[in-house]
Amino acid sequence: MKLSLGPILYYWTKQQTLAFYEQAADADVDIIYLGETVCSKRRELRAQDWIDLAKSLSQSGKQVVLSTLTLLAAESELKTLRKLCDNGDIMVEANDMAGVQLMSEQGVPFVSGPAINIYNARALKVMKKQGVTRWVMPVELGRETLHELLADAEAMGIKEGLETEVYAYGRLPLAYSARCFTARYYDLPKDNCQLKCIDHPEGIAVHSQEDDELFTLNGIQTMSGRTYNLESELPTMQKIGVDIARISPQGEGTFEKVDQFRKALAGTAQTIALSEAECNGYWFKSPGMDQVLSAD
Amino acid sequence: MELVCPAGSLSALKVAVDSGADAVYIGFKDDTNARHFAGLNFADKKAQDGLAYARDKGVKVFVAINTYSQTAGWSRWQKAVDTAQDLGVNALICADMAVMDYAAERYPDLPLHLSVQGSATNYETLKFYKNNFGIRRAVLPRVLSLKQVEAVAEYSPVELEVFAFGSLCIMAEGRCYLSSYLTDESPNTCGACSPAKDVRWEQTDAGLEARLNDVLIDRFEEGENAGYPTLCKGRFKVGERTFHAIEEPTSLNTVELIPDLYAAGIKAVKIEGRQRSPAYVENVVRTWRRAIDLHKMNPEHFRVKKQWKDDLAKVSEGAQTTLGAYTRAWQ
Repeated sequence: MKLSLGPILYYWTKQQTLAFYEQAADADVDIIYLGETVCSKRRELRAQDWIDLAKSLSQSGKQVVLSTLTLLAAESELKTLRKLCDNGDIMVEANDMAGVQLMSEQGVPFVSGPAINIYNARALKVMKKQGVTRWVMPVELGRETLHELLADAEAMGIKEGLETEVYAYGRLPLAYSARCFTARYYDLPKDNCQLKCIDHPEGIAVHSQEDDELFTLNGIQTMSGRTYNLESELPTMQKIGVDIARISPQGEGTFEKVDQFRKALAGTAQTIALSEAECNGYWFKSPGMDQVLSAD
Repeated sequence: MELVCPAGSLSALKVAVDSGADAVYIGFKDDTNARHFAGLNFADKKAQDGLAYARDKGVKVFVAINTYSQTAGWSRWQKAVDTAQDLGVNALICADMAVMDYAAERYPDLPLHLSVQGSATNYETLKFYKNNFGIRRAVLPRVLSLKQVEAVAEYSPVELEVFAFGSLCIMAEGRCYLSSYLTDESPNTCGACSPAKDVRWEQTDAGLEARLNDVLIDRFEEGENAGYPTLCKGRFKVGERTFHAIEEPTSLNTVELIPDLYAAGIKAVKIEGRQRSPAYVENVVRTWRRAIDLHKMNPEHFRVKKQWKDDLAKVSEGAQTTLGAYTRAWQ
């Protein structure tokens, strides 16, 4: 099974981003996704910078994929999307059907990201016809659904040439809004958000009035409060036909996590227990925030 | 502009038809529709009666099959499409590519509308659904500003329907898993957001507490209006502040935008609320019928009447209404 680094979901400074990818080039991952997927106002790196960075990273021998914006509502956002889709070289991860439309027009293979709603093999078949060669399961789905879906895909004869990727580590992207919640927290209008996200490289924690860490505000995106961690489930994933486990970059400790996942894949890891700040519920068909002990 | 109205029951459907709906939308009694609540929606006989009633008065009926099927449940989604076809409904409102693919292949003459759960916010996406499934109309999520709606409409290859009135979902519909993160059920998977089975109310010394799967969503002081604990509308702690960190309970009301929506070429406006009472449906549909008719009669002199505002305020969440994302100020 391969390991991937998902796109950075937070807003980091250019320096921090470049430093991260310098490390990523040497890290033990097979695939690197990069690009702005949350908010088009985040322009420490512009579309051309991402393309240039992707091209230079691809010399590290890893597969590099350009991830596109998830919620596309303005013409300027479509323009950026076109630029990324037309890069002519680097594979693209579409996170909105607009990206699917553009890539399928070009007849070039592409990745369907986690925000594309594929809940069954029939939908996957439609997507494969568009040119999808890899799909990332929506984060609210789990083991049983995936197992059945892949069996169905096999029966439908569409599994050949199609890779399956699972979001296996990181805070979960749960929702996208017209509103910017970071701006709201600062009592600023979205149009004048002053790019406050950059002060919060891991988002802003939202607690219940009883201090449960519930959500994380990340601009227009709402993320989980807990960190999703499927490290202990890697053997099961392998068994049911998952090709790639995705690690979503966090402010700290991402590359240590990559090493741990590698060890887990090699079967040389210590017993893995989730910390209090972690969850794995979705994988077991439970509330996403839950911690479930695997019966396997 | 067509007025598309909700019907969660046969009595709501009759009221909607009698109050001036051009079309009503219903769901079947299972998880194939995004308002899957106990006691709501239509089984076969009720659907037939509803359809006959609406048709008799020249009103169209749309069926929402707008959740996402998983492998084990596929036969239910397939059956829902077959049933709707057999009933002779005017259109299906769907979100799942599998449902659209099946319907388009099996019943090419059955009109398809892309549900708001399909999360189409731009014209490239609309092209995709038109090219692949021949959809005729799309319902836009409640995340676009009026300018953005106008821009989508300008290049849209299909008719557009927008939300006119009702609960304000502030997340891009079809792309929100907050509910399943807390409860394991979401609009996409089960047709439920903040499902009632997980709601618990408790009077404590600190006030009336609303919990969703044991997580404290809100705490109300005496005399405070206690809303349903939809998790995005709860009060949470962020830094030193405890407030509606995501959204206040409020309803969307765009009656004053009728001239703009009309000018943008919007084909239909939708009233939200299949989970609401016939009294709500009657009030909202009647008010909107008057507003649209008045605009039609005299577009240049269209003004929002105070009476409409008062009537609609009575059925709004927290008695507040907003123009929501249609105005940039709200964002």
